[in-house]
Order: sequence, then structure tokens, then C-alpha cells
Amino acid sequence: MEFGLTPDQSALREQVLRFARQEIVPRVREHDLASEFDFDSWRKLGEYGVLGLNIPEAYGGGGADVMTCVVVGEALGEAGVDGGLTLAYGAHSFLCADTIAAHGNEEQKALYLPRLATGEWIGCMGLTEPGAGSDAAALRLRAERVDGGWRLNGTKMFITNGPIADIAVIFARTDAEAAHAGISAFVVRKGTPGFSAGKNLHKLGVRTSLTSELVFDDCIIPEENLLGMEGMGFFVALQTLEWDRSALLAPAIGTTGFLIDRCCRYAGEREQFGRPIASFQAVRHKIADLKIFQEAARSLVYRIAWCKDQGQPMNHLEASVAKLFVGDASLQPTNDAVVLHGGYGYCAEYDVERVFRDLRIAAIGGGTSDIQKMIISRLMGEGV
Amino acid sequence: MKILVTAKRVTDPDAKIRVKPDGTGIETAGLEYKLNPFCENAIEAAVSMVEKHGGEAIAVTIGTADVEQNLRTALAMGCERAIRVEIADDQLDSDLTARILVKLFETEKPDLFLLGKQAVDGDSNQVAQLVAEMLDLPQACFASGIVIENGEAVVTREIDGGIETIAVKLPAVVSADLRLNTPRLPTLPNVLKAKRKPLQVLTPAALGVDTALKVATVAYEAPPQRKGGIKVKTVQELVEKLQNEAKAL
Repeated sequence: MEFGLTPDQSALREQVLRFARQEIVPRVREHDLASEFDFDSWRKLGEYGVLGLNIPEAYGGGGADVMTCVVVGEALGEAGVDGGLTLAYGAHSFLCADTIAAHGNEEQKALYLPRLATGEWIGCMGLTEPGAGSDAAALRLRAERVDGGWRLNGTKMFITNGPIADIAVIFARTDAEAAHAGISAFVVRKGTPGFSAGKNLHKLGVRTSLTSELVFDDCIIPEENLLGMEGMGFFVALQTLEWDRSALLAPAIGTTGFLIDRCCRYAGEREQFGRPIASFQAVRHKIADLKIFQEAARSLVYRIAWCKDQGQPMNHLEASVAKLFVGDASLQPTNDAVVLHGGYGYCAEYDVERVFRDLRIAAIGGGTSDIQKMIISRLMGEGV
Repeated sequence: MKILVTAKRVTDPDAKIRVKPDGTGIETAGLEYKLNPFCENAIEAAVSMVEKHGGEAIAVTIGTADVEQNLRTALAMGCERAIRVEIADDQLDSDLTARILVKLFETEKPDLFLLGKQAVDGDSNQVAQLVAEMLDLPQACFASGIVIENGEAVVTREIDGGIETIAVKLPAVVSADLRLNTPRLPTLPNVLKAKRKPLQVLTPAALGVDTALKVATVAYEAPPQRKGGIKVKTVQELVEKLQNEAKAL
């Protein structure tokens, strides 16, 4: 078993750090404070090849494996790219584009993937509904057969990239009787009559990613917009979890490195009682705790990515452990990173409060920590 | 147009360099490395010339396997293939480096040999000049602009008090200065594709190069620690210190 990065992966990390520090990071704070999506950064991510990294080369992407995407995501976080932009990227590339790459037919892939790879079109994915969160199979958005297509009625909630998406992968109920087997996936284009996005929801963190509800009111889509087979939607949705638990978590590991760097610098420069605060054990322990969290989280996330690259089916228990750990175990050390900076840490200028806020989504988005514990205990078997 | 271009690895110019306690060299543990910025300019120039005139750019470097990372960067920027000559960094001097590069030139027979004007760690600034001399080729060092026309390279060079423009017949040796261009950041798909581009490894023995060094390093030592300044309260005190301590008056 090999736990370190290969020389090629280290070189890639260096390249991405340099790109992100130069092209993206200088605008992060401004957009976070304004809760605005940064279209310039989005275009640059597209030109640089991040947005299409996981898309097959035949459709204009980079054809990268999961571990490569993890290295890139981690480097973006380490450079100081905010969680909002990396979330927007994740929703676009892993939840929307990868679902089309994995389940779309030739026409769908040729139509959507090259435009998603460059970022010309922004993608989103809609599973959650106002009444179906942790219990995703309870979704009620209805898709009924009509002549030559489908009619969608219902609402999706908390959809990342919702207000700006050009295309949406939507999970809808095609059979009211069957529970899991009654769900199908569809692609819906912006501008389709009856399809609209709500206003951006103001959030605790990840503020540069825009989030809204999506409303379907007698929205008619053509037959060819069905993604994969009818009734297979729940399995399509499950597959996105592999990305959700690896490449989408990777920026959180990198951003912890960003915090460590900030904390070390501040603790070395800030003097109280006539000496740098880095000389106090309480301060040093806070930085050690960040490192401990980062190393443990990294091992968990790398394992999910490595298994997918080896072609192994996802181990849901391990995936839930990784997801929960990043969300929950990051709370104390990232809070401590803010406290270490004192009053400055509470202000936007030092970026640590932004990282703290951004990371809080990890315990909620893509399944709360509560649901992860439910999955873990269920998969541990009868003895629990 | 066939261009040979150097891609030398250097220690990170932003890193803090420590001398080994016994003074035999630099402490390399934990040191980060980068592609020499001047080589980046040379590579950018080579790649954009090939884009304009056709042909191929070949990245070359000398070092152990870990310098291949930097060759991959050159490949990601657009070089078609790469050559590494296997020999450790501390067993090189400018003369041996030049003699190895001369052999590569003779094997590849390029129209142009582009080098970074110097490596930002050693700062010797000798290799391009030595290579041109050994090959008896025209040289144009510290290029801030290169235009290829009618079998010549028209090179602008920054000199004291102005800019000199010279034309050298190809094949020629040109070394790149920082203002030559802005090196591109290779895109991620190009970084991934670079892994599949050919990278040839040669040994000095295979090239028929004698590895004896002309320069022997006697010792390394860190520059003396600078003392902090002091504030004086009165002009008299200042004059007194200048006279008696600094002996400047």
C-alpha cells in the first residue's frame, strides 16, 4: 500500500497551488463578503481545465481519475480558494457532469459534456426536496409521461448552482407506487417553460456558491432528456456519493493546511507577555490539533478515492465515516484556529472565520452527520 | 525548426537555505525545488516559436530521477519530448554541465539552443557562454526578445544604458532573461498528457563525457548574521558613535 503522493501528483499539486494563488485567491474575500458567485474565477477554472478534469478526454475533458481530482481539490483548498467556489465546482463536475458521463447516452454526452468541461454551461444536481432530505427516497417531484416526453411538477430545495445553472440533473418520481425503484433521472435545460429557479439563499458559509430552490410547474421536457433507464434514478443518485465522499471532501483537507499556515504565521508574529504566542503550549496544541484532523481526514478520503480508482465498489461504511469525520471532527480545531487569532480571527481580514464558516457545510450537505451515524451503525450489523 | 531548451531544477528561491554543519554543502532535507525561472522563459520562447514556425522543442536537464518532475513541467508547457542525463547535482560544475549539453547538441542537431541565462540558486551564469564557445556557435545572451527570420535569430539584449539588437546566424545559442516573455501556466489536461510524452534517460558514459570536475568546492558558510540597528537620543551621541564605533568620521 502506498499512502504518499507520486512525484507526478506532487508536481500537479504545485501547479494547481501556483495557478490558484495567482488567478483565484485574490478575489475570494471580496466575493465571500458580497455573497456573490465569481464568474471570472469560474471561467479561469474552466480554461485551466479544472471543471472538465474528470470528464472523459473524448468529450473535451481531462480524463483524470478520482485520486487526481482529490489532489487538485486539496491544492485548491490549500491555496486559499474558498469552500463556496470548490462546492460550485464539485456540484458542477461531480454531481452533474459525472452523472451524465456515467449514465447518459451518446447524444446526451456529446451535447452536454464538452460545454460542461469548459464551464460554458454551469451544471447542478437536484435530489433534495423541501420534504425529502435525509430520507431522499421520499422525494415527491412528479414526472408523468405525456405525448413525446415528460411533465414535471414539484420543487427541489438547497440546490447548489441552482440560480445560475444552464442544465440540471433532476431526480423525479416516475412511479408513485414503487419507493426506490420509482425514481428516474432527467436532464432539464434552463429556459424550459415551467422551470424556474428561486432567489439565492443567504447561508452561514460557502457564500460564493449560489443556492436556491428549483420549481417545476407543468414543465414539459422531451423524451430524450431521460437520463439512464426509467426507475433507475435512485442508483444513479447513489453513484454520485462516491465523488461526494472523496473529491468533494478534498478541498476541506487542503483548506485545513491553509489554516495551519495562517495559524503558524500569526502565532509566530503575534507577541503577548513579551514573547510570540507560538511559545505558549496552549497555542501550539491548537495547531497540532489542526494537523491531527488533517492527517486523519486525508487518510479516510484518500482511501475512498483509491478504492474507486481500483474499480472496487464503494464501501458505504467507510464513505460515511469519512464524510462524518470531515464534518464533525473539523469543528473543534477550526474553531480553535479562529480563537488563536483572537479578535482578528473573528474579522474577515484574516480569512480564518471564512474557512470556519465554509467547513460547517460538511456536516450537512450530501447527508447530515446524524444520517451518517445511522448508516454506519446499520452496516455494522446485528450486534449494534 | 528544432529547438533544444534547458529545464533546470533549482532550490525554491523563497525557501530558507541552511548550510550543513560541517560546511560541505547545503542542507537538502525538506528543501523544495522549482523549475528555474529563467528556464521557464526559455521554454516559453521555445514552445511559442514551435507554435509559430512548426518543428519540435526538446527539453533537456541533468540530474537524478527526481528532476524529471521539472522536465514534465516543460512537457506540459508544450515541449514534445525530454532528455535527462543521469548525474547528481553535487557532481557538476559549469564546465561539465556545458560539456554534457554540447554532446546533446551534437546528437540532436537543433537549429537553436535556448537556455535560462543562469540558475537562480548557483547564479554562475556561465553555461550558455561555454556551450557556444565549445561548439563554436554564435551566442546571444540575456535575450529580452527573439525573432526568427531568414535563418537568423534577431535578439534584443538589455545592456547598460539601453537595448542592443543583434542578429546571429542559426544554429545559435541564446540565453533567456526574465523580460523575454511571461511563461504560461500549463493547463491540467496538458499536465496529465505530459506524463505520456517520451522522456529519454542518458548517462555521461553513453554520451562519452569525462565527468572529471574542474571546480572543487572548498567549503560553504552562511553569511554573517546582521546585527540590529540602534536608536540614538542625541546628535552628540550619534557623532560619538560614528567616530568611535563605526570609525566613519
